[in-house]
Amino acid sequence: MTQESYAAIMEQRAEIMRASVNIDYEQYTTGLLAFDYERLMDDTGYDIATACAVQRTTSVGNTPLIELRNITELVRSVSKPGKGARIFVKDEAANPSGSFKDRRASLSVHQACQRGYSGVSAATSGNYGAAVASQAAKAGLRCIIVQEAFDSEGILQPEIAEKTRACEAYGAEVIRLSVGPELFYMLLRVLKETGYFNASLYTPYSVLGIETLGYEIAMQVQEQNGVFPDVVIATHAGGGNVTGTARGLRKAGAVNSQVIAASVDLSGLHMASDHDFNRKSFTTGHTGFSMPFTTWPDRADVPRNAARALRYMDRFVTVTQGEVFYMTQLLAELEGLERGPAGNTSLAAAFVIAQELDEGQIVVVQETEYTGAGKHPLAQLNLAKQMGIVVRRGDPRDSKPGKCIVIPEHPSQLAVVNIDLEHVRRSYLHNAVKSLPQGERLSEVDLAFLAEETRISQTHVQEILDEFSGKTG
Amino acid sequence: MTELIEKGTWVEIYKVVLPANERAPQVPEDTQRVPLEMRVKGFLKSPAAIGRDAEIETLSGRHLLGRLAEVNPAYTHSFGSPVPELSPIGCEVRALLREKGRMR
Repeated sequence: MTQESYAAIMEQRAEIMRASVNIDYEQYTTGLLAFDYERLMDDTGYDIATACAVQRTTSVGNTPLIELRNITELVRSVSKPGKGARIFVKDEAANPSGSFKDRRASLSVHQACQRGYSGVSAATSGNYGAAVASQAAKAGLRCIIVQEAFDSEGILQPEIAEKTRACEAYGAEVIRLSVGPELFYMLLRVLKETGYFNASLYTPYSVLGIETLGYEIAMQVQEQNGVFPDVVIATHAGGGNVTGTARGLRKAGAVNSQVIAASVDLSGLHMASDHDFNRKSFTTGHTGFSMPFTTWPDRADVPRNAARALRYMDRFVTVTQGEVFYMTQLLAELEGLERGPAGNTSLAAAFVIAQELDEGQIVVVQETEYTGAGKHPLAQLNLAKQMGIVVRRGDPRDSKPGKCIVIPEHPSQLAVVNIDLEHVRRSYLHNAVKSLPQGERLSEVDLAFLAEETRISQTHVQEILDEFSGKTG
Repeated sequence: MTELIEKGTWVEIYKVVLPANERAPQVPEDTQRVPLEMRVKGFLKSPAAIGRDAEIETLSGRHLLGRLAEVNPAYTHSFGSPVPELSPIGCEVRALLREKGRMR
């Protein structure tokens, strides 16, 4: 085993992580599985006012809330009489690097400065890399972004190629890797060598940075319409977006706004497969991240993930790649807003969910992202065709990730698939049981924690656990 | 004689980080069969030839060794051709809205 072998580096994981995020996670442990989540968040010292103040210093946040009147008209043209809620979008593309990820990066970079780190690093192939690079540039910190960028044939995923360019434009070093989860291994090597701050997507800073987004949505809707939004839809991947937005809404008092998580369905494609890598037209906001992270958030790089989406989602839906491309086209051609495709996942869901609601009700799509070369439906669909994927018009229900992308022929064909949250909860609890040390039993504290994590009663948690042990015993 | 690229030139180096048989154990079979490759850009530290060993200084100030792969590498990602499956969508929905009296 050499000093830089996979096994050798992974053995030093805990030590490298402790030094690079400067949080002693151990002190929050309250049971075998349980930990004090709220204390972990509170101890950072970033309440809404503090987070907003930090974000204002780098012009992050305070983005426009735009009513999509023509899209709402289109919703009503396919709705039952009296149905078709008003759709608003939070134009997060107006942030410095073009996405809501600036909110996440701002607190991490601020924290790195406060703690005297000379640089920041993050393993991310998406908008977050550009956000960290942009914030680091403003703060005068050095920055290294580790990306999974190309397959073994050397074919670049166009959206990631654009993010490489953006990070380099902000003066960051970009380490581009071929396909595989060893992205994280490379991050550890970089952190060990440089002593930089790990601007992980899963620390409390990264999630608290998004609370301002939920907070602003509640306040802007209230100010413009005199009520809080009925529904807020968030594109869901690793869980930070849903968690931070929901927490921010609650902090603004919008406790009755329904929070819906929306992901692109990429079922059947393996996230670590070299073959499948360029057969995905979406690099984030998809089920390849959202399913594993909802059912077990602590698979993240840090010991305790601050993004715990299952605690906050009222409903979880999926849409298809073709439906999101269709909505991206509608946003440009009906609203004059050309925005990146992945961020429009929740917009595609909103188009359907608004049809379920009354005309007077309000649905907020909580983000847009910038668009550009590579980061565009044209680039993605041209690549899909090059990879042998069929692209055609038709019923989106006939689509098959990696094989066939179906663009709707009519707006009435858009639909959402509801993910059964009871099934997701059982999956979470199954993972919880699997993570228990051999022979250990759950305490009352753990059962209460699992009830909070899954948003069901302790009795229901116990029933499901009993059922599992009945099956295995 | 192989042409030497001048010191200070913006270049990209290539390196195999983990050979095919040393990848993470959880990696699926198709990915196990190929190495983990790395490409990083920086300024050339001393004259070197394409395809030969080279040292760069990256934008974060790190010094890295690898095989000199490209000189002043281009960003080649683009939009590509218009996609016929998307082109008619705007006209279709505007026609629908007008038919229903929901757009001028």
